[in-house]
Amino acid sequence: MAAPLSLHLEFGGGAELLFNSEKKHQVSLPGQAGPWDIRQLLVWIQQNLLKERPELFIQGDTVRPGILVLINDADWELMGQLDYQLQDGDTVVFISTLHGG
Amino acid sequence: MAQALATLREKFKEQEKEIAALREKVAQLEMSKTPAPRPDVKVTPPTSLTAKSSLSNEDIMRYSRQLLLPEFGVKGQINLSKTSVLVVGCGGLGCPLAQYLAAAGVGRLGLIDYDEVELNNLHRQVLHREENQGQAKALSAASAIKSLNSTVQCCPYQLQLSPENALDLIQQYDIVADCSDNVPTRYLVNDACVLSGKPLVSASALRMEGQLTIYNYKGGPCYRCLYPAPPPPDTVTNCSDGGVLGVVPGIMGCLQALEVFKIASGQGSSLHQQLMMFDAQDARFRSIKLRPRQSDCAVCGQNPSVTKLVDYESFCGSAATDKCRKLNLLSRDQRITVQAYKLMLDKAEPHLLLDVRPLVEVDICSLPFSLNIPLSQLEAKNSDDIHLLRERISHLKHQIAGISQPPVFVICKLGNDSQKAVNILEQMSGLQVDSIIVKDICGGLMAWANIVDPSFPQY
Repeated sequence: MAAPLSLHLEFGGGAELLFNSEKKHQVSLPGQAGPWDIRQLLVWIQQNLLKERPELFIQGDTVRPGILVLINDADWELMGQLDYQLQDGDTVVFISTLHGG
Repeated sequence: MAQALATLREKFKEQEKEIAALREKVAQLEMSKTPAPRPDVKVTPPTSLTAKSSLSNEDIMRYSRQLLLPEFGVKGQINLSKTSVLVVGCGGLGCPLAQYLAAAGVGRLGLIDYDEVELNNLHRQVLHREENQGQAKALSAASAIKSLNSTVQCCPYQLQLSPENALDLIQQYDIVADCSDNVPTRYLVNDACVLSGKPLVSASALRMEGQLTIYNYKGGPCYRCLYPAPPPPDTVTNCSDGGVLGVVPGIMGCLQALEVFKIASGQGSSLHQQLMMFDAQDARFRSIKLRPRQSDCAVCGQNPSVTKLVDYESFCGSAATDKCRKLNLLSRDQRITVQAYKLMLDKAEPHLLLDVRPLVEVDICSLPFSLNIPLSQLEAKNSDDIHLLRERISHLKHQIAGISQPPVFVICKLGNDSQKAVNILEQMSGLQVDSIIVKDICGGLMAWANIVDPSFPQY
């Protein structure tokens, strides 16, 4: 049984508009049998934080194209993507790419 | 005898230097005498940059403050003067970028933009002037650059960068700066840079945020490595919808110029495999480490599937402009033109006008008799708003006894959100509110301002 996890979540580049325009969220994930990974975190976000129009954030079991995920200031691609096992105190940032100029 | 010879030689050298300086001045004057640059409609190769081996006295005077930097120095200045930079987009990013590169003495600037200067550009596109409204942005930017530094070779291109012309253009430049404002152009510029082996310094800005990266540089990723699939079109916000604070693209364009400057002078970019994000609200920069070049990338990977430029508008499902999309969700009998609505107003026919724009836009302007409930609150079925709507509709029903379904008209800025709202209200009709007939006003308040009431503000 893994202990509950405290995480710092951030949304930016417009992704925060799906979360009541709040960029920073301090959340606590309940303890569960195994460790939490990003795949499970996305489900948790969809059920607990994301109220409206989930298709603008999630597609299938991952984030929609155009959203970059950062784990502790690194591209999630370098960290194992959906399989990254979350640690207590991690910061996970979801950034929507900007195209304006 | 030997003494006299040495003195003469010294004098001779001095005279030679003077002649060289004069020659340079004559050349400069001749260049500035040439008529104002005409925008290139077809892509013609610019004349090649002549390699300077030393700086003239005037160069030294003009660039002295940056020549003093050990990181830059004479070598950096000479390198910069040999460098050509293609600026894709002369808007909020392209203006400050081109301005600083020209001021610093870059060799050649290519300035691409298909668009014309509008009043609502001036708060952020700082090279354009009030008197240049209606003029091609590429030309307006070029004339501002010319008056700032006449020694910079400036090539305005009044055209839309396209799969047909992108490679020809990009091949003529050393570094590309993506200052564009839409997704298809970003993929196009990326692929063209990968195919021509050019570094791409890419910035973007919206609302109060900015992002900056360098692609296709020293084994780092390209745009497609990070974003293999384009975002769904309805998740993309442009500056005319989302708004942008002018200083934000200003900051991002300056940072972008800085990285171009470092590559051009020979120091190399600091953003290799990095993304820099700027949050203007918190006054905070954040730099994050990016993935390296992806071996399975469609354009820069080991077995690329994109080996020539493709149709980027169909790949992205959106047009290569930042103009707003026009939705078409409703049938003709669910819509009414602004002219027809005006006739109805003139006849004082009772109805409810529902404005579904966000409050920040209603603060800018609104029709005085409208009821404002933002689309997002309708979508969320906000109970206070539903209550208000129900009351207003039932009041209207009493007013026009005998008509079973009171008319409700929905308006927004351009006529997209109003169509979505009509669909929501039709679902509510007869359930959460009395049964109504609901229509959207085609083209919204901007059509109202254009066609019916020219004194109504446009934004």
